[in-house]
Amino acid sequence: MTLLEIKQLNKFFQKGKEQIHVLKEIELQVKRGEFITVIGPSGCGKSTLLKAIGGLDTEYSGEIKLDGERVTGASIKQGVIFQEPRLFPWLTVERNIAANLPLTDIEVKENVEKLIKLVRLDGFERAYPKELSGGMAQRVSIARALLRKPKILLLDEPFGALDAFTRSHMQQALLDIWKEERTSMVFVTHDIDEAIYLGNKVIIMSARPGTIQKIISIDLPFPRKKSTKSFQEYRQLVLKEFEKVEELELIDSAGI
Amino acid sequence: MSNQTAISLEKVKSTKKKLVKSNRDLGKLKVILKGFILPIFMLTIWELTGALGLISATLLPRPSVIFTTFIDLILTGNLLQHFQISLLRALGGFLLGGTLGLLVGVAVGLKKNVEQTVDPTIQMFRTIPTLAVIPLFILWFGFGEVSKILLIAKGAFFPLYVNTFLGIRSVDSKLFEVGKVLEFNRWKQITHLILPSALPNILLGLRLSLGVAWLALVAAELMGSSEGVGYLIMDARQFSQTAIVFVGIIIFAVFGKVSDSLVKVFERRLLKWQDNFKG
Ligand SMILES: Nc1ncnc2c1ncn2[C@@H]1O[C@H](COP(=O)(O)OP(=O)(O)OP(=O)(O)O)[C@@H](O)[C@H]1O
Ligand SMILES: [Mg+2]
Repeated sequence: MTLLEIKQLNKFFQKGKEQIHVLKEIELQVKRGEFITVIGPSGCGKSTLLKAIGGLDTEYSGEIKLDGERVTGASIKQGVIFQEPRLFPWLTVERNIAANLPLTDIEVKENVEKLIKLVRLDGFERAYPKELSGGMAQRVSIARALLRKPKILLLDEPFGALDAFTRSHMQQALLDIWKEERTSMVFVTHDIDEAIYLGNKVIIMSARPGTIQKIISIDLPFPRKKSTKSFQEYRQLVLKEFEKVEELELIDSAGI
Repeated sequence: MSNQTAISLEKVKSTKKKLVKSNRDLGKLKVILKGFILPIFMLTIWELTGALGLISATLLPRPSVIFTTFIDLILTGNLLQHFQISLLRALGGFLLGGTLGLLVGVAVGLKKNVEQTVDPTIQMFRTIPTLAVIPLFILWFGFGEVSKILLIAKGAFFPLYVNTFLGIRSVDSKLFEVGKVLEFNRWKQITHLILPSALPNILLGLRLSLGVAWLALVAAELMGSSEGVGYLIMDARQFSQTAIVFVGIIIFAVFGKVSDSLVKVFERRLLKWQDNFKG
C-alpha cells in the first residue's frame, strides 16, 4: 500500500564554515496512487526534499524507500518535473518525449502518440521547443516523464512560471492525467489554492530547519471547485497553519 | 451576377497578392543591387583610368585585362589543374587537422583527466605562429606535399579543438540532470546531450578551421612549390605578370568565400532549432 517511505531524513548544507540544517527529521509516507502537495515558505527545503526523493541528491542521513527499495540514485522510477520544462532545444516535441528511446520502435512510437494526445499537443509533434508556449513545453516534459511509466511523479513548482489562466488549465490537465494513469504525485507549490485543489493531502513545511509542520487531508471529491464553502474552509485551515509557520519564522529571526 | 462579382473579386485579390509578392521581390532585388553600386563604380573608374593610361599597366592592370588573362589561363595555362591541386592540399590538410582537432577536443572536453594532461601542452603549441614553423617544416619534410599538408593541418587543428572543447564544457548542467533522471547511459549522454549541445560551437570551429586552412594553404604554396594557385602567383611575380597575380588572388578570395558560405548553409540547416537574436 505504501509506495514511498521517508524515515528520519536529515540534510545539511555546508555554508562557509557553518553547517545549515536544511531538512530535519522528515517522516513521510505516500500511498500508491496518492496525490501529495507540499507547501512552505521559500527556502524551507522543498526542492531539496524533492531532489532527495528523486535520487538527484544522495548526501543525506536517513532513509528513503520507493516500493520497498532504497533510493540510491536518479532513475526513471521517479519522474521529475522541474520548474522549467528543460526540453532538449534541438529535438522536436515527439523526439523530446522519446529522448533516448528510439522512435523507430513501434511500441515507443505508439506510446508517444498516446501521450501527445493525453497532454493535448496533437499537431505539434514536429514543433521545436522554441515554437511552444510555457504551458505547452511543460506538458511535453510531463509526457516525457510519463512515457517511462514512473512509479511516482515529483513536481517542483511546475506551473510557477505560468499565468493564472494557463495554470488552472494545467492543474485540470494534471488531474486528468492522474485519473487516467494513477501515478502517485508529490507536487511542490507555494500556492495554497493549488495545493488544496490538487492534493489528497497537503503537507505544510516550516523553515530553518525544514520540518513537516502539519499534514492536512483534503476530503473533497474531485472535480473540486475553488469557490465552494468547503474548499474555503480548507483554505482557512491551511492559512492558519501557515500563519503559525510564519510566526515561528518571526520569532526565529527576532532571536538572531 | 453576384457570382460573377465574387469571381472577379477573387481575381482582384489574387492579382493583388501577386503584386505584393513581386513588390517584395523587387525590394529584395533593390537591396542586393545597392551592394553592387560601389564595386561597379570602382571597377569603372579603374577601367577608365587604365584605358586612359593614367596608371601603369604593370602595376595595376585593367579589370578587362585581368578577365581576359583569366580566360587565357583556363584555356592554355592549366589554371584548372593548378586550382585542383590547391584544393586537394587545402582539403587534405583541413581534414587531417580538423578531424584531429575535433577528436582531441571531444576527448579533452569529456574527461577532466585528459584535459589536465593534454591541454597545457596543446595550448603551448597553439601560441606558436604558423608562419614561424615554416622553416622547420621545410627542414624536416622538404618542399614536398607533406610539409604543406602538415602546415595546413596545424592551422586547422586549433580552431576546431578550442571550440569543440568550449562547446562541450558549456552544456547546461540542468540538462545533465534531465539526462540522469531519464537514465541516459554514458553513450546516450554523449550522443544525445553533449554533442548536440556543443554543435553550434563545433560548427563555428569548423568555419574558423576552414578559413585558417585556406590561409595556411596560401602560405604553404608561397613558400615554394611547382604547382598550385600559389605557385602561379609566385611565378607570375617573377616575370611581373601582374594580371596573373590578380587572378590568383581573386581565386583565393572567391573560393574562401564560397567554402565559408557552404558551411553557413549547412549550419543554418543543422541549427534551425536555435532560438537566438537574429538581428
Ligand atoms: N547547493 C546548495 N548549497 C548550499 N545551500 C543550499 C544549496 N541548495 C539549497 N541550499 C539551501 O537550502 C535551503 C533550502 O533550499 P531549497 O531550494 O530546497 O528551498 P525551497 O523550499 O525549494 O525554496 P523555494 O520555494 O524558494 O524554491 C536554502 O536555505 C538554501 O539556501
Ligand atoms: Mg524550490
